[in-house]
Amino acid sequence: MKKSISNWNNYPVVEAKEISFDNPKELSLKLTHSSIPHGNGRCYGDASLFSEVVNTLRYDKVLAFDETHGIITCQSGVLLSELLQIIVPRGWFLPVTPGTKFITVGGAIASDVHGKNHHVDGSFSNHIVSMSVLTGTGETLICSKNQNSDLFWATCGGMGLTGIILDVKFRLKGIHSSHIRQKQIKAENLDHVMELFDQNTESTYSVAWIDCLKSGKNFGRSILMLGEHAGTDETPVENKLLAKEKSLMTVPFHFPSFVLNGFSVKLFNALYYAKNYKKEMNSVVHYDGYFYPLDSILEWNKIYGKKGFVQYQFVLPLETSKEGLKNILTRINKMGMGSFLAVLKLFGHQDDLISFPMKGYTLALDFPIREGLFGFLDELDQVVADFGGRIYLSKDARMKKEIFWKTYPHATEFQRIIKKYDPDNRFNSNLSQRLMLKV
Amino acid sequence: MEENVLILGAASDMAVGIARKFAAEGYSITLAGRNMDRLKAIEADLKVRHNGNVSSVMFDALDFENHYNFYHSLPEKPDVVISVFGLLGDQEEAQSDWKSCQEILFSNYVGAVSILNVVANDFEKRKKGVIVGISSVAGERGRQSNYLYGSAKAGFTSYLSGLRNRMFRHGVHVLTVKPGFVKTKMIENMKTPGPLTATPKEVGERVFKAVKAKTDTIYVRPIWSPVMIMIRNIPEGVFKKMKL
Repeated sequence: MKKSISNWNNYPVVEAKEISFDNPKELSLKLTHSSIPHGNGRCYGDASLFSEVVNTLRYDKVLAFDETHGIITCQSGVLLSELLQIIVPRGWFLPVTPGTKFITVGGAIASDVHGKNHHVDGSFSNHIVSMSVLTGTGETLICSKNQNSDLFWATCGGMGLTGIILDVKFRLKGIHSSHIRQKQIKAENLDHVMELFDQNTESTYSVAWIDCLKSGKNFGRSILMLGEHAGTDETPVENKLLAKEKSLMTVPFHFPSFVLNGFSVKLFNALYYAKNYKKEMNSVVHYDGYFYPLDSILEWNKIYGKKGFVQYQFVLPLETSKEGLKNILTRINKMGMGSFLAVLKLFGHQDDLISFPMKGYTLALDFPIREGLFGFLDELDQVVADFGGRIYLSKDARMKKEIFWKTYPHATEFQRIIKKYDPDNRFNSNLSQRLMLKV
Repeated sequence: MEENVLILGAASDMAVGIARKFAAEGYSITLAGRNMDRLKAIEADLKVRHNGNVSSVMFDALDFENHYNFYHSLPEKPDVVISVFGLLGDQEEAQSDWKSCQEILFSNYVGAVSILNVVANDFEKRKKGVIVGISSVAGERGRQSNYLYGSAKAGFTSYLSGLRNRMFRHGVHVLTVKPGFVKTKMIENMKTPGPLTATPKEVGERVFKAVKAKTDTIYVRPIWSPVMIMIRNIPEGVFKKMKL
């Protein structure tokens, strides 16, 4: 039986047959048609959508935890939120975490997620010791940076196209406290925030919220948020290693689309900027609020209404970042298509096979889907490509294939490797069809 | 020493939800089931998550002759026994194929009676213990789409109620659980209404709470109570014409 499924942005919606498994032996018998692995559905697009999807959420056992060295082995369907409950009380943290903890380990690898510490620690793949993948040839292969390394690199950031990630062993980061020492610095405009990023590359975590709708001398005003894992003496609570599960709020229904407009977003931005009444604010906060502010509002995606939204995230090489960001922000400004959450970050160096990050600035924004948006984004794509940048596949539901092939320099090599491990296209997705990745 | 829970049919999603909750609450766990690969993965998971005392044993619900020996050779006598195994089966196939029909009846009713008789006799002697049976809302009224499964579960629900009545004066508690829809393998390709569909984690929490509170019968989501009152009260003359 088919059911309607979509990812976090509610666009696109596809009719799909869903199969699931909790045992690899049973899985190989079930893979009768082309399919794509699907975790917790938190990507923003069509990377994990197809007419048949393999839900990995039941494959969620944690198999081993070396508490002395901080190495954990788990099945790919376990959520980062579950891992945090296990590792934080024992003095360990995720080596890299995206802005939500409600993703699976398999999803973290298929997207090769990055976090606020990319400039220091790289992306998720950097911390994998080894993993096993059920490939399109029906074999289960162990891969790592040294073993079957072509499979390894095509799986990290490979959007599930090499096969189904099964068991993963990866390194954690030691912590003394579940709290983060946070510093927030107001930046008057884009030049200023870029200067601040530059001055704070030593900081473990850094990210900026940026107001996309401001023009004039406050064009690109931002709040830069820096963070370090706090020591035990700075942690205000008795229990220094607490993985708390906050009480959660839920957005009860899809908001009508008129709720979000240029005015309400401007108002939100003004309030958000004004809440930091001082130029620099220091505090010690729990990691949950620091890394996952939106996770406490369950189903916040419904704010964007039933039509859904797209998230647009691109990266530009460092040399062209300033000019490129100015160009793109000016366009967004002119269109009045602002977004509640625009996030700016300076990546460190990375040049993997198909992963998204590269040295330079990345900007992520949400746009509610409305008339004219896709044409506008096509224009932005062109600008991003002209400046030598690229679009994040995990957040993409609409990029044209020409742009992809132009902007991912190792795309041909990636295509060759996925063909090697999946000669009959047993794994396929709406994304891979749209971008012509499977031939 | 910590109390022990024996979970029969421990490889299912619901069983995992239940095992995680009891392990988190400090119980030692005995996982019993047919598939050792699965049990070993679950055992590892419980050990990592809760530093718990967990072991796995082979158990086949349909191997009636061995149930007595199985129970009496357990390394540790349980304080709580939770019977989770069951089989939805294929109603249409089972209507014409006796073997698959028999499998449904045996898995959901006869097998449970066989093993729980052994457990009950032991608990009666020990004058303590809790027996939990995972039955089903499908046992409350037969519907054309799954009445073979439903009738076996109806038998199981009656069995549990009789057992509760028998064991009460011996200080043994019997809990009947009718989960309603739960997001598990059993319903992986069914569309079920969100508010009526629980997660395995919720099942674990509700079962644990009911064991502690000595509740007799629960639905996992309380909303099922009014829903089932309605379903039970549709006049048979109307019910038989419905497509259910």
